[in-house]
Amino acid sequence: MYPPNFEYYVPSTVEEAVGLLDQHQGDAKILAGGQSLIAMMKLRLAQPAILVDINRIPNLAYVREDDKFLRIGATTRTAELSRSTIVQARYPILSDAGREIADPIVRNRGTVGGNVSHGDPGNDLPACLLAMGAEFEIHGPKGIRTLPARGFYQDTFVTSVATNEMMTEIRVPRPGAGTGSAYSKMERKVGDFATVGVGARVVVDSSGKILNAGIGLTNVGPTAIYATAASDFLAGKTDSDAVLAQAAVLARDASAPSPDNRGPVDFKKDMVRIWTRRTLRKALDRAKGGK
Amino acid sequence: MAIDAVEVQSAMPNHRSKTIHVTVNGVPRESHVEARTLLVSYLREHLKLTGTHIGCDTGHCGACTVLVDGTPVKSCMFLAVQSDGSEVRSVEGLETGGKLHPVQEGFHKEHGLQCGYCTPGMMMTSVALLAANPNPTEDEIRRGISGNLCRCTGYVNIVKAIQSAAKEMAAAPKGGP
Amino acid sequence: MATAPLGGIGVSVPRKEDARFIRGKGNYVDDVQLPGMLFLDIVRSPYAYAKILAIHKEKTLAVPGVLAVITGKDLEAAKLSWMPTLMSDTQMVLPTDTVMFQGQEVVGVVATDRYAAADGVAAMEIDYEPMTPVIDPFKALDPGAPVLRTDKPGRKDNHIWHWEVGDKDGTAQALKESDVVIKEKIYIPRIHVSSIETCGCVAQVDSMGKLTVWLTTQAPHAIRTVFALVSGLPENQIRIISPDIGGGFGGKVPVYPGYVIAVVAALTTGHPVKFIEDRTGNLTSDSFARDYHIEAEIGATKDGRLTALRVKTLADHGYTDAAANPSKFPAGMFHVITGSYPFKKAFVEVDAVYTNKPPGGIAYRCSFRVTEAVHAIERLIDILAHQLKMDPAEFRLKNFIPPEAFPFPSVLGWTYDSGNYAGALKKAMEIIDYAGLRKEQVEKRKRGELMGIGISSFTEIVGAGPSKDFDILGIKMFDSAEVRIHPTGKVLARFGTKSQGQGHETTYAQILAEELGIPVEGISVEEGDTDTAPYGLGTYASRSTPTAGAAAVIAARKIREKGAKIAAHLLEVSPDDIEWVDHKFQVKGVPGKSKTMADVAFAAYTNHPQGMEAGLEAVDYYDPPNMTYPFGSYIAVVDIDKETGQIKTRRFVAVDDCGTIINPMIVDGQIHGGLTMGFAPSMLEEIQYDADGNNKATSFLEYLLPTAVETPHWETAKTTTPSPHHPIGAKGVGESATVGAPPAFVNAVVDALEPYGVTNIDIPLSSYKIWQAIHSKDPP
Ligand SMILES: Cc1cc2nc3c(=O)[nH]c(=O)nc-3n(C[C@H](O)[C@H](O)[C@H](O)COP(=O)(O)OP(=O)(O)OC[C@H]3O[C@@H](n4cnc5c(N)ncnc54)[C@H](O)[C@@H]3O)c2cc1C
Ligand code: FES
Ligand code: FES
Repeated sequence: MYPPNFEYYVPSTVEEAVGLLDQHQGDAKILAGGQSLIAMMKLRLAQPAILVDINRIPNLAYVREDDKFLRIGATTRTAELSRSTIVQARYPILSDAGREIADPIVRNRGTVGGNVSHGDPGNDLPACLLAMGAEFEIHGPKGIRTLPARGFYQDTFVTSVATNEMMTEIRVPRPGAGTGSAYSKMERKVGDFATVGVGARVVVDSSGKILNAGIGLTNVGPTAIYATAASDFLAGKTDSDAVLAQAAVLARDASAPSPDNRGPVDFKKDMVRIWTRRTLRKALDRAKGGK
Repeated sequence: MAIDAVEVQSAMPNHRSKTIHVTVNGVPRESHVEARTLLVSYLREHLKLTGTHIGCDTGHCGACTVLVDGTPVKSCMFLAVQSDGSEVRSVEGLETGGKLHPVQEGFHKEHGLQCGYCTPGMMMTSVALLAANPNPTEDEIRRGISGNLCRCTGYVNIVKAIQSAAKEMAAAPKGGP
Repeated sequence: MATAPLGGIGVSVPRKEDARFIRGKGNYVDDVQLPGMLFLDIVRSPYAYAKILAIHKEKTLAVPGVLAVITGKDLEAAKLSWMPTLMSDTQMVLPTDTVMFQGQEVVGVVATDRYAAADGVAAMEIDYEPMTPVIDPFKALDPGAPVLRTDKPGRKDNHIWHWEVGDKDGTAQALKESDVVIKEKIYIPRIHVSSIETCGCVAQVDSMGKLTVWLTTQAPHAIRTVFALVSGLPENQIRIISPDIGGGFGGKVPVYPGYVIAVVAALTTGHPVKFIEDRTGNLTSDSFARDYHIEAEIGATKDGRLTALRVKTLADHGYTDAAANPSKFPAGMFHVITGSYPFKKAFVEVDAVYTNKPPGGIAYRCSFRVTEAVHAIERLIDILAHQLKMDPAEFRLKNFIPPEAFPFPSVLGWTYDSGNYAGALKKAMEIIDYAGLRKEQVEKRKRGELMGIGISSFTEIVGAGPSKDFDILGIKMFDSAEVRIHPTGKVLARFGTKSQGQGHETTYAQILAEELGIPVEGISVEEGDTDTAPYGLGTYASRSTPTAGAAAVIAARKIREKGAKIAAHLLEVSPDDIEWVDHKFQVKGVPGKSKTMADVAFAAYTNHPQGMEAGLEAVDYYDPPNMTYPFGSYIAVVDIDKETGQIKTRRFVAVDDCGTIINPMIVDGQIHGGLTMGFAPSMLEEIQYDADGNNKATSFLEYLLPTAVETPHWETAKTTTPSPHHPIGAKGVGESATVGAPPAFVNAVVDALEPYGVTNIDIPLSSYKIWQAIHSKDPP
């Protein structure tokens, strides 16, 4: 299987890239890590006439933290997430995911921007970013806009990024004291998309009360899902197994999986429940200073 | 039997092909390739470096793994044009000055290969793994090679091969391969 | 036994073939590049069953680089649209009017390179009229089911054949008289070998009209004969070269339509034509394995003695019977299903049906249908032991065929050559600390934790096979070796088999080193080129060592016979005074007076006795007197996550007995690989179809080969019970582990789930199935 012909452009600035996308509206696609796009082109599920390779745009691959955000450049490779000491220390949800996405070689190439923009419900990062309340910086012909992760995913392969726009930065709010986060993925084997993935963020006060929480779900619906009711429910609750179990049920109810080779709907929903509970526990342990 | 046939045409619109400069196993190359040419096709068909193999279409098997600027990538999921200006190392570039790389030695000594089809990709991953982590545990090795499928060996001896290479590299004077 | 420098039997000689593979210098079919070579790609059917209304070639022919389009009608004109299968059924090369399964080859597109060919495939427009497919093999037998093979005049149903063996009435009676009888349905799902190299070929016709095909084949000679029969070309005008093969496992035994289309394309275009399957083509159209629906009953006395076994099986063959079995055995060696136990009565019947699925029935690293048999019997034994409230190990030990009973005539007609089943099981139990594990399990159960221990004590049957019973398309299943010693004492040996990773270049050289006293370094082994190698049936079903390995021994011994005469001439004694001692020709009782094989070889060309032919070489076509019966006992320990159904294999101990071991390192490697291919279908792999006949695993995205992370860390050990009839006592080992491992996993998982009253779970043991087994029962 081999990809069809296309015209290949290598812009050296974001503006140039966006200009090309705008000029060839609908016919052009961004090529980032290529780990989804090239496969789809080989299978001829995607046949863009024009590829805009953003890999050579300087200063687009970085992981840095300022006083407000963890900022991840769009072409940062997903392998960086589990290598970055900042991420490991304060955003373990992302280093957890960074160890679970695809396989080690695919992670060397696949980008954070691509993983977030692709809109495949099986991508692992969107659930994490939903849980973390992240936002995305998007460049378009008319300038820059910032979109929150929540609300960004509209349908399978459909996001709020227009065909003449490009995501440039992923911003994760800097966690305050008492924050813990974690990502768990149930997969059949390495390299498999999740049967279910759960990203959780919790903030606790010194008494152990949960101040607020965020839960994102991978591959149990047409898009990554933010489990609103479950997340809201936890705010103000004191940590207990019973509370986590209740939140897990709410997360389960927020999921809308389709049956596939991994199992039928009732199984997947139950897995959402189990992994939500487990992931919340892990996040809470971390919030309380554990690993 | 009558079979419909037509003449070959070869008109190539602009931006559909490109001249690239790549250093492959230490040898600088200038080549003109279609933009859609996968790196694996470039290596196998254009440069006749057939040690890099193809085992799937979807980026799952890792038989096509090569190092681009030292990083293992699946060359079936990577365009040749994207390697412009890079250093590419394939299995043919492991042996230097008639001396096998410790990873090659390890695979031979520990019977880390059977049919040999996954082996080049597996060894390229191993080379990068050991460069990043010279003394990996069995678990780290198993995770490290989990992007490469082997149907023959059951992985036990591949793990041993990498451990053996690690030992040999640790014993070798610095500045080795 | 040999000393290390010779590299004979029993030495872990590092593999000779590695030298090219570790340098990336292997020569696989896709590495063959010829001037002017074209590329063939294939348009496949999106439907499981449909009429072809029209094939519109225009857009494809307009694609730059596309040179030709080949359809079934084109082939029909040359009488090549159908070809025979190895089971004497018929298979379409390309369809003329009806497609029979999703993924079937419909049109060949020939282009200057593979990118252009892929463009041509994408541009192809075909009008189909979909029909309701027959997917469920049981429904295929319904009286009202559509008859699929309308090409066969007079066909009124989808039943292919019925095969039975054993004493039907006696078995019924014995079951009736048994104190305990259990009945279980076991499905062994359809799977795919998925060697990492897919299948392919390069076909070239030279100026003299000779056809050379570089082919991913495990059986080059048989393929040459099939090609001659199909194409009508004289067999001396066909040369099949099987170069390095990237894994076979049975998937590279059959002739696939793509090969024939490539040959046709080469003949019609006058250019060499390469065809390399993509993974989707490989998974959706190449031969499948297994797909046996088994229903079995097993009986015992109340004190735990086995009485009788009755098995009824439905085999889903897809739209044609393209299994790769010996002609006489349409269900292969399935009737080795009495396993390691001395049943007095047994009856087995198998019915095969057509469905709208790809054809197959090949090995998946297994001697003909033995995996299905071992799975069934080792599961039944466990279920029965449980029913009798006996420990499954104790139950096996009580019932095994005892060592003194060999050669043992099985009730269904096999003669097991040698075995010590209790020896292997006891060794495995000791290594894994079986008693300790059972204690731990009791503790864990009290805490509600799910831990299981599973045993499989399998008997394999390999080395097909004796010519009185075994042939493929009439060709007897011997195999061959041709050994030539050059004047300087170096050896060229050629075989009718073909390694796909088993290491023949090393192990055959070791056998010859042992028999000829020539170090392995000086022995070159060649296989796979039908112009040079002696005729043989190829490598599959663990037959190489039992057949060609034996041929090597016999050929070497023929050489030694002549060598003794030359040595006598050199030493000026009578040939009767020469004996073969310490890998040398020696004057009887005079250790100082001897000649090496190298001395003798030199003399064979420079100073041979008057009246004797010059040269030193021999050929042997070995017809094995019996099959060989490797065996072993495996124990798996699993822990199950009660909430998610995830299984973790904590330990897996494999004790194998394959008779004499030629190269312990290679044998261990074969077992590791075999175990992994036993693990894979146990846990992950399956090809399923939905009701419309859509294949649900068309790439490695859904066809799940295990990585190093999921694969357990295998622990291996051996016992050695030589085969009494093989010249060096070897049995063949490539597949034992694939055959033996699955029931160990299932038995362990079912054992873990005992509190839930589970008796069987069909493989693959997905988390979902385990979760379901737990959740459909009230927790204890
Ligand atoms: C074998 C295999 C297994 C995998 N398993 C997993 C898994 O378990 N979990 C997982 O999360 N992923 C998995 N993936 C997908 C992988 O992580 C991809 O890397 C990821 O989905 C896309 O990232 P990319 O950089 O490769 O994007 P590309 O493939 O280059 O692009 C994907 C899409 O996103 C668009 N795009 C890319 N970057 C931008 C941007 N900056 N702005 C706007 N649009 C953009 C592209 O135009 C394209 O439509 C797997 C891939 C493979 C090959
Ligand atoms: S060929 Fe399989 S990953 Fe590249
Ligand atoms: S050695 Fe055959 S696939 Fe790995």
